[in-house]
Amino acid sequence: MTPIRRLLHYFVLFRNPLLLGGLCVIGSAVFSLFKPLIVGNAVDELSGAFNRETLVRYALLFVGAAIIQGVFLFLQRRIIIGTSRRMEFSMRGDLYEHMQTLPLSYYQKQRIGDLMSRATNDLSSVRMLIGPAVMHAFSSILIVIGAFIMMYRTDKVLAMVSLLAVPVVGFLSKTFGERIHDRFRLVQDHFGELSARVQENLAGVRVVRAFTQEQNEMETFGRMNREYVERNKSLIRMTALFYPLLHTIIGVMFVIVFFLGSRRIMAGQLTIGEFVAFQFYLARMIWPLIALGWVINLFQRGLASMKRLSDVWNVAPTRVPAIPCTVDSFEGAIEIRGLTFGYDGPPVLRDISMKIAPGQTVGIVGRTGSGKSTLLSLIGRLYDAPEGTILIDGCPVEAIPIERIREVIGMVPQETFLFSESISENIRFGRADASDDEVRQVAELAGLSGDVVLFPQGLETIVGERGITLSGGQKQRTAIARALVRNPQILMLDDSLSAVDTNTEERILRSLREVRKGRTVLIVSHRVSSVKDADFVIVLDQGRIIEKGTHDELMAFDGYYSELYRRQALEEEIEEIA
Amino acid sequence: MTIERHEEEGSRAFDRRLARRLLSYLRPYRRTASISVGLVILSSILELAGPAIIAIGIDLYVRPAGAPPVGSVSASFGDWLASMGLAFDPITGINVAASVYLLTLIGGFAVIYWQMVLMNLMGQYVMYDMRKQIFGHLQKLDVRYYDRNPVGRLITRVTTDVDALNEMFTAGFVAIFGDIFVLAGIVVVLFWMDWRLALVLFAITPFIALVSMWFRRGARTTYRQVRARIAAINAFLQEHLSGMGIVQLFNRQPQEAAKFSNLNARHRDANLDSIFYYSVFYPMIELIQSIGIALIIWYGGGQVIQGTLSLGVLIAFFQYAQRFYEPISDLSEKYNILQAAMAASERIFKLIDTPVEIGREEGATTLADVNEIEFRNVWFAYNDEEWVLRDVSFRVRRGERIAIVGHTGAGKTTVTSLLLRFYDCQHGQILINGVDLRELDLQSLRRLFAIVQQDFFLFSGTVENNISLGDPAVTSQSVRDAAARVQADQFIRRLPDDFNAVVRERGAGFSVGEKQLLSFARALAFDPPVLILDEATSSIDSETERLIQSAIEILMAGRTSIVIAHRLSTIRSADAILVFHHGEIRESGTHDELIGIDGLYRRLYELQYTAEKLQVGVPGGPLEEAPV
Repeated sequence: MTPIRRLLHYFVLFRNPLLLGGLCVIGSAVFSLFKPLIVGNAVDELSGAFNRETLVRYALLFVGAAIIQGVFLFLQRRIIIGTSRRMEFSMRGDLYEHMQTLPLSYYQKQRIGDLMSRATNDLSSVRMLIGPAVMHAFSSILIVIGAFIMMYRTDKVLAMVSLLAVPVVGFLSKTFGERIHDRFRLVQDHFGELSARVQENLAGVRVVRAFTQEQNEMETFGRMNREYVERNKSLIRMTALFYPLLHTIIGVMFVIVFFLGSRRIMAGQLTIGEFVAFQFYLARMIWPLIALGWVINLFQRGLASMKRLSDVWNVAPTRVPAIPCTVDSFEGAIEIRGLTFGYDGPPVLRDISMKIAPGQTVGIVGRTGSGKSTLLSLIGRLYDAPEGTILIDGCPVEAIPIERIREVIGMVPQETFLFSESISENIRFGRADASDDEVRQVAELAGLSGDVVLFPQGLETIVGERGITLSGGQKQRTAIARALVRNPQILMLDDSLSAVDTNTEERILRSLREVRKGRTVLIVSHRVSSVKDADFVIVLDQGRIIEKGTHDELMAFDGYYSELYRRQALEEEIEEIA
Repeated sequence: MTIERHEEEGSRAFDRRLARRLLSYLRPYRRTASISVGLVILSSILELAGPAIIAIGIDLYVRPAGAPPVGSVSASFGDWLASMGLAFDPITGINVAASVYLLTLIGGFAVIYWQMVLMNLMGQYVMYDMRKQIFGHLQKLDVRYYDRNPVGRLITRVTTDVDALNEMFTAGFVAIFGDIFVLAGIVVVLFWMDWRLALVLFAITPFIALVSMWFRRGARTTYRQVRARIAAINAFLQEHLSGMGIVQLFNRQPQEAAKFSNLNARHRDANLDSIFYYSVFYPMIELIQSIGIALIIWYGGGQVIQGTLSLGVLIAFFQYAQRFYEPISDLSEKYNILQAAMAASERIFKLIDTPVEIGREEGATTLADVNEIEFRNVWFAYNDEEWVLRDVSFRVRRGERIAIVGHTGAGKTTVTSLLLRFYDCQHGQILINGVDLRELDLQSLRRLFAIVQQDFFLFSGTVENNISLGDPAVTSQSVRDAAARVQADQFIRRLPDDFNAVVRERGAGFSVGEKQLLSFARALAFDPPVLILDEATSSIDSETERLIQSAIEILMAGRTSIVIAHRLSTIRSADAILVFHHGEIRESGTHDELIGIDGLYRRLYELQYTAEKLQVGVPGGPLEEAPV
């Protein structure tokens, strides 16, 4: 969908309040143009036959018109701007729901900050387009045209002369507006550079100090600081010229009206009251003219933002299998057939084949970058493997509806990610309808209970900045509990006990052994102790399986696994030296 | 005022102490500041002249209702003109009035332009001075300060906070004078023209002030609510977009969408609340102004009927009534600017006032070379009594190579930080050539060492700049020589602009090995007497590994070196090895001596041996390639 089409779609959704708001704009414009007429007539009365009652009537009439105008003004703003906020609300909601359907590979490529700025900054400039821009554009056009008509009716010659203001003010607003905008951008850009420079200096404070570069850094900063002042100077000269110039031109218009108008009054072609009304109309007309420049800017910015939003909107969601393959209840058999996979560059996994029977526990070890996490991600379909290379209970993963796969799998990713909510809410993230007992139970299984009792709010303690900061190990165990509460047929632990000390690890593994019964479990680890009880262990190296067998088999073979075992024994020994 | 003060949680709009200190930054520019204030007064006079000129012009020359009443402003002004011999016929009079008006406009334009330029430039200069001062102070502050304060917050001091002050100096400070003068000017002019009508018109001012105050309070409260709620949306998005994998993995999309919708709705509702204030405010002001005009029609019109007010003056009153509102409303805006500035200045001054503990001593000793480094019973803790180093003593003599080994958390890196005096030790002494570090000039001390840290920090800029760090003493030639000696030039020459190749922030795009070689070149280019090397542990391909090993040899050749060693080759070639464990030196000696004892060293050595064989790295290596 094109950005404009999508924008129109939202306009159509909210057409009724927008039309109503539009009517209010017309109402307020009409009454605001009516008011100068009253003043003009009152002034004319003063130079004719008059009495106090007439004056009171004019004054009351004026206030009455002002009240009606005020009510329309109130409604116009309330309705139109309010609607723009409601539209913003539904656009933001739709956008977020769309974002939830996007494949993870998209998030891998996109910077989060960039997506954030679309959902906030861009959305807000689209909102400015929908609300203030539309409202001011409509009301400005009505008032400029209406005021001109009234002026023309009052005095054709003066009106035509005043019309000169339109191109002059328009031209000034546009050219100055653009120049000010450009210079402002230059200032902003340099501000960004200055901030980046400071950021680097502060982040690299140790290097700067160690190499005694303080003086040098101050000189560099001084240069940038001066440049910032220079760029500001050029912006200042422009803005200092623009606003007073506009002001002066408006003043000149009044001088012209006075200069010509007074001659026409003396010639009897214009009454003094008409002259006064004319001045009011001129004043009414000029500010909307200036506002139009601003409104055009809002439109441009809003459309550019809408385009950026559309870029996100047009990303296709995770694909849905054409002919879904599903089983009533998955048992957890996994088969991998000649899997070769790479992200964008060279393969990370090469020709992996293996069969895992339901209920088996498999250990996966190998050095950093050997492809362990990738293997788990592909089974859990966080990324798409080549078709037909991974099967769960005989179904190719890409043919199983994605929600089904995720119901079957409980995964504990390598990088623990918890939300800043309470521990129990984080555990319930795994299954929203888990009872308190179940939550307590999995917390116990994951070895979290002992830690949690020490927290002031127990399981209700908030994770993250606002609450107690959990240790790495506590976070990992919360993530394990979160996966366990799903009661998954396939459990995958991706180096999920790395931040836990060996004794705790032992305890968790022991309790997991109970849960493991009848479930397929895949454990990735850097530690032999985590995988030594597995039904079999595979060792990955540069994406290939280089060793495969039970703990005893692999120990007997003098390879990576046995070396890893020795290394771990040594580490433990060193740890134990007090 | 008192209610708002509570809401602001301590940051007041005006704090005498802070204000005085802020004003002291204006001192170098006091001439500019006073000229500005003068120009503001002048401009408000010129700005108010127009309607008065038209009033007199109409009364004296257009005469729609005959001659102005005797005793009215126009009549007395006409008499004064006549006494000056300037009695014009109507057409000339109108021409003169229009010309005078035009002159005030042109004059006003020049004055306002001049004033705005002066004022804003002054703001820029003050900001320049402040940023320079803050940045300069940041260059002196203790490393410990940086441990406690996140970089992001410190940047804000130099940038955003200073900008908030700029607004006070330019938009706030002089504009307040401007508004007050315009307001005072209107009062004076209106009283001069007709004091009774002026009094009637002023009856509406309290209402303008009241409505403005009501609006300001309401708008501020709702604005704060909107800010808080958009912040909640941002936090939610930040978290959920980063954790989208988890959301999808656990099929949580419906629940999370519901949560988001809730936050989104709260934001919308806060905005709808704030729209209410705006929707009421603008029409109310318009209405009050209209009532002002209606009062002029009623009362002023009555005066015209009675012949006590001229028509021209009545028309001028219409004009002034419309200009009335701006300065009053502006003044109430200034409160927010002042408040933001006070809060910002409080933060800035707090930073500037942070004392520097490890600084340059007056008349401190300077050293040009190192004969001996000694740690004498050094105890050190980053916090309180959590000792990271306990009673550490060792000695390094000129030309020696010392290897420091130990498991993670043994306190190895702390030794180098103390040597460079990033921190001072709590007990004991560190001596160079027998002089306590604390008696040495800080800069001269640090110039004795070249340090290669574990996380090779690269600045954005060019490759050459990263080696020389922009130090004028390091020539382009010495950069190239240093790079050639550590064989970094091989990969540098392959880059698009070789030594001028662009390095992005944090050295993105360079491999770990390349970054290491660059930082070796940096150390060599500075060519100091002592090398401090914190070897990286992350695994590197064997090709680069060979380059790095030979580069380390070149770096250490003929130089006193202290190496936190991970490579077996580096460890074995050391003159002495210090084995750290839990902050203490447990064993020391040569490789051959230590390997003979069945102790820590032998185990660490074996551990390193298996690490090199398995290339598993030690904690701190790069992450698995596909974080979820």
